[in-house]
Amino acid sequence: MDNNNSLTIQVNDIELQVEPGQTLIEVADANGIEIPRFCYHKKLSTSANCRMCLVEVEKAPKMMPACATPVMDGMKAWTKSPKAIAAQKSVMEFLLINHPLDCPVCDQGGECDLQEIAMGYGAGTARYSEKKRIVKDKDYGSLVSTEMTRCIHCTRCVRFGTEIAGITEIGGTGRGDHMEIGTYVQKSLSSELSGNIIDLCPVGALLSKPFLYSARSWELKSLPSIAPHDAVGSHIQVQVRNGEVMRVIPRENESLNEIWISDRDRFSYLGLNSADRMTQPMMRNDVGKLVTCDWQQALEATVKGLKAAGAESGALASPSATVEELYLLQKLMRGLGSSSIDCRLGQQDFSGQQNQPAPQLNSTLESVEQQNAVLIVGANLRHEQPLLAHRVRKAALAGAAVSSVNPAQVNFNYDLSTTVETDQLTPALAAVAKAMVALGKGSDLDGLTALVANAAVDESHQAIAQSLIDGEQVMVLIGGLVYRDANQAVLYALADAIAQMSGATLSVVTEGANALGGALVGAASTAGKNVAEMIAEPPKAVLLMGIEAKDLSSTDAIRKTDFVVAMAAFSDGLNDLQADIVLPMAAFTETSGTLVNMEGSWQSFQGVVAPKGEARPGWKILRVLGTLANLDGFDLDTSEEVLAEAKTATESAAQAGGWSAPSSLGSDQTTVSIGHAIYAVDPLVRRSEALQQSHLGQQKGEIA
Amino acid sequence: MANQVCFRNNHLENSWTLEAYQSNGGYEVLKKILSEKTPAEELIEDIKLSNLRGRGGAGFPTGIKWSFMPRNAPGQKYIVCNSDEGEPGTCKDRDILRYNPHQLIEGMIIAGYCIGASAGYNYIRGEFWEPYSRFESALEEARAAGILGENIFGSGFDFTLDAHLGAGAYVCGEETALLNSIEGKKGQPRFKPPFPAGFGLYGRPTTINNTESLASIPVILAKGGQWFLDLGLPSAGGEKLFSVSGHVNKPGNYEVPMGTPFSELLEMAGGVREGHQLKAVIPGGSSTPVVPGEQMMEVNMDYDSIAAAGSMLGAGSVIVIDETACMPRILERLSYFYYEESCGQCTPCREGTGWLYRVLQRIEAGNGSNEDLDLLDNVASNIEGNTICALGDAAAMPVRSFLKHYRDEFQYHIDHSTCMVKSDW
Repeated sequence: MDNNNSLTIQVNDIELQVEPGQTLIEVADANGIEIPRFCYHKKLSTSANCRMCLVEVEKAPKMMPACATPVMDGMKAWTKSPKAIAAQKSVMEFLLINHPLDCPVCDQGGECDLQEIAMGYGAGTARYSEKKRIVKDKDYGSLVSTEMTRCIHCTRCVRFGTEIAGITEIGGTGRGDHMEIGTYVQKSLSSELSGNIIDLCPVGALLSKPFLYSARSWELKSLPSIAPHDAVGSHIQVQVRNGEVMRVIPRENESLNEIWISDRDRFSYLGLNSADRMTQPMMRNDVGKLVTCDWQQALEATVKGLKAAGAESGALASPSATVEELYLLQKLMRGLGSSSIDCRLGQQDFSGQQNQPAPQLNSTLESVEQQNAVLIVGANLRHEQPLLAHRVRKAALAGAAVSSVNPAQVNFNYDLSTTVETDQLTPALAAVAKAMVALGKGSDLDGLTALVANAAVDESHQAIAQSLIDGEQVMVLIGGLVYRDANQAVLYALADAIAQMSGATLSVVTEGANALGGALVGAASTAGKNVAEMIAEPPKAVLLMGIEAKDLSSTDAIRKTDFVVAMAAFSDGLNDLQADIVLPMAAFTETSGTLVNMEGSWQSFQGVVAPKGEARPGWKILRVLGTLANLDGFDLDTSEEVLAEAKTATESAAQAGGWSAPSSLGSDQTTVSIGHAIYAVDPLVRRSEALQQSHLGQQKGEIA
Repeated sequence: MANQVCFRNNHLENSWTLEAYQSNGGYEVLKKILSEKTPAEELIEDIKLSNLRGRGGAGFPTGIKWSFMPRNAPGQKYIVCNSDEGEPGTCKDRDILRYNPHQLIEGMIIAGYCIGASAGYNYIRGEFWEPYSRFESALEEARAAGILGENIFGSGFDFTLDAHLGAGAYVCGEETALLNSIEGKKGQPRFKPPFPAGFGLYGRPTTINNTESLASIPVILAKGGQWFLDLGLPSAGGEKLFSVSGHVNKPGNYEVPMGTPFSELLEMAGGVREGHQLKAVIPGGSSTPVVPGEQMMEVNMDYDSIAAAGSMLGAGSVIVIDETACMPRILERLSYFYYEESCGQCTPCREGTGWLYRVLQRIEAGNGSNEDLDLLDNVASNIEGNTICALGDAAAMPVRSFLKHYRDEFQYHIDHSTCMVKSDW
C-alpha cells in the first residue's frame, strides 16, 4: 500500500488505511466486515439498485449504499448501527413482499443469497397481505431455466451480458413493479459464457436447466478439478452425489478464469452419463463381432497385436488427454520401437514443424489484458478459447487496438480497430508483413522481402502493421484456423515474422486442453509418422486414445488397418473406426491427471468419482500394457510418479524456433479449412445433449 | 407587480415569435455579452447576486450550480434544459414554451456561454406536443436569424440547441434519468456520485436547469442581479411562477414575487369556488406535504415560510382543495400515480409504491384494518431517503402528511367503510 496516497477512515469505529477510489463495500470486504448485498458484484459495474448495503455515514443525511460510496479521508461509517440495520431490514422486507415463499421447491435453496440474508435481516412474519406479483417465465434455451417470479431485479445478469459476455441480450422492460428482466425479443441466449448468469443470480430466478430438480445443494460434495476442453484450463468444482457427477461450477482463479467458466466447461459433464459410455472391454470374436470380454483377454490381445506390428505401430491421441496418459502412450510406442505418436489431430501441414516450438501463449492470460495492440489471425477465439477471448475483449475495452485477419463468419463481441475478412489467410498475412517491411522493418529476416514481394497491400493491412509497431505491448495471436490450414507452415512463418518485426509476443493456440503438454512429453512426435500420414497410410497397428471418427479428417484407411485398438470412454469409435479391441477408459472426472494450459502451467487434478463400470484411467491401462509387453520402466504405482517422470523427460518448451523463410507463399493459396464447431471439440462435449440443443450447438456451420 | 420575468412578453401579440420577442428587447443581452465578450465569471457572479434558486423544485441556487462546471476543461460540455414538467399540478414551463420560447433559447445560449458548452438540449415532456412544436418553430427562427449555430452575431461563439421530446415517463424529469433518456437509454436515474457537472450527458460535464430558471437569465442579466433580488426576498430572489389548480375559480399560472402571501395568490386565482371553504393546500406539487387550509392562509409563497409550515415550495404547483374532498381518495389517486411512475430500478420504490397504493386502495374500498394506518406511515418512512432518486421521497411524503393531518378521515374509512366527506365531484 502506498502510504503517501492512502486515506484513513473508520468503519464501525475501527481505523482503516484505504486507497482513494475504493468504495466502502470494497473496504469492508477486504477487512472482513460483512455488509449484505444483492446487486453489487466485484466483477460488474455498480448499479446501487438493491439498496441492501445501506450503511450510516457521518454527516450524510441519508443512509448511503456502501457499494457506490467512495471513501474520503476521515470518513466514518457504521454498518451495524441501529439506523443502518433499520434501513437494511426495511429493504429486506421490500424485497420479500413480492418474492415467492417457495424455497422448498427452489433449486437455489441452500445456496441462495436472499435466503441467507433473510435469515439475518428478515422479519419472522410478513406484514404484507396484498396480492403477490407473478411474472411469466422466459425461454432462454437449453442451458438456463427461468423462474422470473423469483427475480429481485438486481440486474446482475443484465450487466453481465453487456459488460462481460459482450452481447446485450438481456435487459429490463417495463416500469415500477411491472419491470421484468428478459430478452428483448423471445430468444435463447447465444453467449458462449451464458451459464455464468446462473452463478451471478442471487436468487432462484436463473437456474441450470440440466441440473433442475436433480439434487439439493447440501447433498453435493464439491471437488476441485480442471476443465478439459480448451487450453485455458479453467478451474472448476465438480459437484458429486452418490458417485455421480451432478453439476460443474467455476472455481475462482483470478489469473486464469477469474470467476467465470465457458458453457462448454460447465455443461460438458452431461455427456458423462451418455448411453454411449464404454463400461466393459470388448474384442472381436471369431466371426468379427465385437463382444465383451475381460480385461486380461483384452490387454493380452492388445499387447500381442502391438508387439507383432512393433516399429510399424502408431498411436493417435486426443490433445485433451492428460500428461500422464500422453507420456505413457509415447513411452509405450517408443518401447515398441515406433516414433509414430501424434496428438495434433487437426493439423494437416507439418512442413514447418522444425521451426515451431510447442504451441503456447508465451504470456499470461492476465497480461493479455495489458496489451496495446493484438492481431488475431485465423482464430475463432470465442469458440476456441472462450476465456482467452474474454481477456482480449478486456484489452480492447481498455483501449487496445485489436485487429483481425479472419473469415467473415468469425464474430467479435467488441469493436475491432481493423479487420481483414478473408477466406484466404496467406495473402492477407503476407500483405501485413509487406506493409511492415515498407515501414522499414524486417531487414534482418532473410528472404522475407522476396517472399512477400507480390502481396497486395491495402489500407487495412497498413493499419494493422502500424498498430502493431506503435503499441508498446503487442501480441500476434494465431489460432485454430491457422492450425488446421493446409498452408500452416507459411502462415506460422509470416505470423512469426510479423511478431519479430513489431516486437510482439507470438501466441499460438491450437485445440484441446493439453496440446502443449502433449508436445512437451513427446506425444507430438516429429520423428515418426504424423497424424496426416497415419490417416493417409496407417501403420499396421493403430492405438487410438480418447478419440473417435469425428476427431479425424478421414478414417477410410484406418478402418482397413489390420489391428486397431481404441482406448475410449465412448462407444462411437467402435463402429466408425472398426476397432478390434476396445479398452474402456475413464473420463476426466474419473482419473487423476495433469493438463498443461496455454500459459504452460502444469495443473494436476484428482478423480472425483469412480470410473463407470469396468472403465479404468488411461494411465493405468497404459502402465499395464507396458508391463505386459515386458517393457522397462512401467512399474509406476501412482499418477504422481508418472507425472514426476514425465516432467524430467520434458523437451524444452522454449525449443529453438528461429526464422527460416518458406520457399514460397504456396502455389495453392488454400482457403481456410474447417474449424471445430464450439460444441463438437471432443467426444464428451459432443454427448452433452443440453449443449447440442443450445443456440450455439444448433449452429452447425463449419466456422461456428 | 407581476409578470416581470418569464411572462413579461405574454401580453404581446403572437408573443412566441422572434419578431415579438425582439420588439421587447429580446436577444439584446446576448448580443451585448457576445460582442463585449463579458467574462463568464462576471455573469455568474451577477446570477449569484440575484439569488435565483432553481425553479424545478429543489431550489438550488443557479449561479452556484453553474460555478461547479469545469468551464475551461477541454472537450464537449452540455447545457440541458429540463422541460419535462411531470409533477402533477405544475404547468408553468409549458406556458413559457408556448408564449415565450425565445427567452428560454436566449437563456440557454447565455448558459452555454457561461459554462463553456457549445451544445444544448431541451428535454420536453412527451405530452407537450403543442409547446414542443412552438419551441421547434422558435429554434428554426433563431437558426435562420443566425442566433443559433456557428459564429453567433459574428462573435465567434458557436452554440447548437435541439429539442428532445420525451415519451411520457414522470421519472425522466429526474435529471439523470433525463440524461439517460436523451442518450436513448431506459429512463432510469443514475446514482450519484458522479454528479452531472463531472459526468453528465454522454459522460461529459453537464449542467441541467429548469425551464423557468433558464428563461429568467436574460432578464436578470439585462436588469442586473440586484434588481432581480429586490423583486423577491433576500433568501430567494425574483418573481416565481405559481400554477394554481384545484378548487379555485380562476386556475392558471401566476408570476408573482417570492414571498407573496398565499392569501393574495388565492385571491388572484379567483378564490375558492363559490359557496365552499378552503380545506387544504398542496403547495409545491403533488409530492410535497399537504398543509391544512387555515395554516396555509398564514403562509407566504417562499421557501422558508412554506418549510416552516412543514411543506415545500417545490415547483410552485399549488393544488387547492375545498371541504368537499375526501382525503383518502385524493391520497389513493396520488399513490397510484407514484406506483405507476416508479421506474422499478431500486427496491424500496419499486416494491414500496405498490404496497402503499394497494393498502390505500383497500382502505378506500372499505376493506381497511386498524393496523393499516401505522403500516402506511412505516412503509412510507422506509422508502423515504433510501432510494436512488427523489421519486421514493415524492411517493412517501404525501402519505405521511395526509396521515398526519387527516388521520381521522382515514380512520373513519376503516371504521365505516365509507367516506367521512361526501364529495360532489
